[in-house]
Amino acid sequence: MADPRYAIELKGISKSFGPVQANRDIHIAVPRGTIHGIIGENGAGKSTLMSILYGFYRADSGEIFINGKPTAIPDSQSAIRAGIGMVFQHFKLVQNFTVLENVVLGAEEGALLAGSLSRARRVLGELSREYELDVDPDAVIEDLSVGHQQRVEILKALYRQADILILDEPTGVLTPAEADHLFRILKGLRDQGKTIILITHKLREIMETTDNVSVMRRGTMVGTVRTAETSPEELAELMVGRKVLLEVEKAPALPGKVVLKIEDLRVRDEHGVERLKGINLEIRAGEILGIAGVAGNGQSELLEALGGIARATGRITMNGVELPLSGKGADGRARRAAGIAHVPEDRQALGLIMDFTAWENVAFGYHDAPEYQKNALFMDNDALRADTERKMATFDVRPPIPTLAAKNFSGGNQQKIVVAREIERNPDLLLVGQPTRGVDIGAIEFIHKQIVALRDQGKAILLVSVELDEIRSLSDRIAVMFDGQIMGLRDPETTDERELGLMMAGMTGKGEAA
Amino acid sequence: MERLPKWADVALVPLISLLLAAIIAALVILAIGQDPWEALTVMVQGSVMNAYGWGYTLYYASSFMFTGLAVTVAFHASLFNIGGEGQAQLGGLGVALACLFIPWPHWTLALLGAATAAALFGAAWAAIPAYLQARRGSHIVITTIMFNYIAAAVLIFLLVDVLRPDGQMDPATARFPEAAQLPTLNEIPGFNLIFTSNVPANVTLFIALGMAVVVWLLLWRTRLGYAIRAFGKSEAAARYAGISPFAIIMVAMLISGGLAGMMAINNVMGEAERLLQNSASGAGFIGIAVALMGRNHPVGVVLAALLFGFLFQGGAELGLWTKIPIEMRTVVQGLVILFTGALDVMVRMLLTWIFNLFRAGRAVKGAA
Repeated sequence: MADPRYAIELKGISKSFGPVQANRDIHIAVPRGTIHGIIGENGAGKSTLMSILYGFYRADSGEIFINGKPTAIPDSQSAIRAGIGMVFQHFKLVQNFTVLENVVLGAEEGALLAGSLSRARRVLGELSREYELDVDPDAVIEDLSVGHQQRVEILKALYRQADILILDEPTGVLTPAEADHLFRILKGLRDQGKTIILITHKLREIMETTDNVSVMRRGTMVGTVRTAETSPEELAELMVGRKVLLEVEKAPALPGKVVLKIEDLRVRDEHGVERLKGINLEIRAGEILGIAGVAGNGQSELLEALGGIARATGRITMNGVELPLSGKGADGRARRAAGIAHVPEDRQALGLIMDFTAWENVAFGYHDAPEYQKNALFMDNDALRADTERKMATFDVRPPIPTLAAKNFSGGNQQKIVVAREIERNPDLLLVGQPTRGVDIGAIEFIHKQIVALRDQGKAILLVSVELDEIRSLSDRIAVMFDGQIMGLRDPETTDERELGLMMAGMTGKGEAA
Repeated sequence: MERLPKWADVALVPLISLLLAAIIAALVILAIGQDPWEALTVMVQGSVMNAYGWGYTLYYASSFMFTGLAVTVAFHASLFNIGGEGQAQLGGLGVALACLFIPWPHWTLALLGAATAAALFGAAWAAIPAYLQARRGSHIVITTIMFNYIAAAVLIFLLVDVLRPDGQMDPATARFPEAAQLPTLNEIPGFNLIFTSNVPANVTLFIALGMAVVVWLLLWRTRLGYAIRAFGKSEAAARYAGISPFAIIMVAMLISGGLAGMMAINNVMGEAERLLQNSASGAGFIGIAVALMGRNHPVGVVLAALLFGFLFQGGAELGLWTKIPIEMRTVVQGLVILFTGALDVMVRMLLTWIFNLFRAGRAVKGAA
């Protein structure tokens, strides 16, 4: 009944959490020795499906076949025994262990480590020769780059003799070059007969890497196609269920006067390490300045210093007025008063109070705004709810229920609440961090349009994103950050991904530095 | 995992917790060779079956409302104020000073003045731990506990060496003048039809209920309350919003300490009519249980305060009318705190599991 040519075959998998049907009658067949992409918006059920395959959840109904054999996977140990390895989006490595210790962890043979460690050293050597997976086995994890840490995760799976490798959004934290290297590794693994499942929301990666791709939408599998026979546009349409504009449509920028001038901005973290090492930038009215860079190179600190969250030194001048960088008047409230709105990188930790309702979140940062007050004593919660309803309608927040808690909205709708709150303040300068992280394609399109519309009203926008595609398509100028410094400014029309990638890795590339 | 329906979360969980506490308490009573049913009867008879019992139950409940509200306000700022006991004792000092040294013309003015003094003294006692937390990061739980001991020591010193009238044997202040004594429920027209004999419950009950309304308005209707709740949910997010952590920690603790201090108008001014040693007699700690059980909502706090008032008065009756020692009251309170506070999560998990079983059952039937 099941075909042994398929490494994995799922038949009729359904899973619901209470009233939410996360997976509905999923059928998927992954031929052995292929890279199979699974793509879908947030909440489409990709992660649930993979969690079922890896034994985190049990399906309510349906069957799993591994290499043609019906297999029960009640826990992740059984998944490993069945030859399935998983590389999570957030690595599960012990930071102060060496590579070797991490690889062996959970797969030790016997009470004494020496035997398993030397065996692991030998196997690791073979694996790294075979698959371009070079990592120093004695390096401590916390000293490794993110790309190398990911290789350790892959090695861990291979060491457990995984035949089927599942990667969940593997490129979110990688530079373009690291991502390319990863894909070379994956193709090498495939050529050796391994089966790879790649979960991603990036259409470009799917197109470049996979043999087949399955598209999920709202818990169902809407189709599996050969990658060679499809196009990004078709995939996007399958994912969203309607035609989507993948390119951002925007007219050339008409930059005006300098809105924000940043001079020698420096930030130290709580350990005294300098995270921003003297940033100089100018942002003009009517332009989008994009900051490209691998996560963790000071972009967060830049946003936090400008948004009044982190203490800094240096000088920032907003519309000709110098703003304090520490002490009194260096907080979010003062920055908002100066006309700076801030869509933070981490909407769940900073931008929203997840337990608060949508209308309470619409007041977040603006709870002392005069239009939200009934009188000197009390807030006007009715006005606030009405305002929330208006904003929800304008920004197409679903469901449009102001009394629903923020945590009950999807990622995209949470982000729309934050973006609505900040953009509707009509700021002179909008700081935007990762505007579309964890946001579905339909909402990405919408949020991008809003940002461009704000620019066209003559406002200045500072955009930080680790998605290079997003930076390139939205920005009017691109500044590349590496190790707390600006490596240079580029025109998105004339630069290319290679050049930006080199700069993101710390090389100045051609031309002048900023 | 599915969540519980709201009614089950708000009503069923505490009720089951209470039931479990009662069952264990019954087992303890059985173990010391007494009759649990008799114990329950005596407790109910003596606390809520007649006006006299209610007079005591409401008196205790008034105190617990203040301390419960105090814990609630701090809790919403994510601060665990365990110092209610010390703050209430300092509140007592404020009441005593106001009542002894200011010649009030009428009890209404005395109440106003004494309540203000109580709140100021309680707030002042909370201010130091608050400052240490806000500026130095000293954990508020540790410092407020230490301040309870310091408060007790300060009051013993003052009562023995400073405020005790010459010739008096016990460490206490002189009795407050007539004009600074509050009318008890049996002295208030209308209420005296119900409360015919002398009871300790006094006008403070209405102040306590009023403060519950004020706290509700503060937390859910004002900018300050908004900022307190936002800070309590996420300090990082509050920073993003420009809410000053220092200001919120200070203000929330001052309000909390003030509320705990105001308890003194009930016990010191309304009942004892002079300041005694250990005046708060544990009400500050019971406030923690009251706030926990009341889910940090003023309505819940009022209800939980009534329950603990019942336990307090019923427990006293146990000591009076049965062979069960009065210490059993502490055991029962401990069990109620254990189950409603510490084991609340366990009960909730169990209930969620049961609810999900029912849901699954329904879903299967629906599908069939």
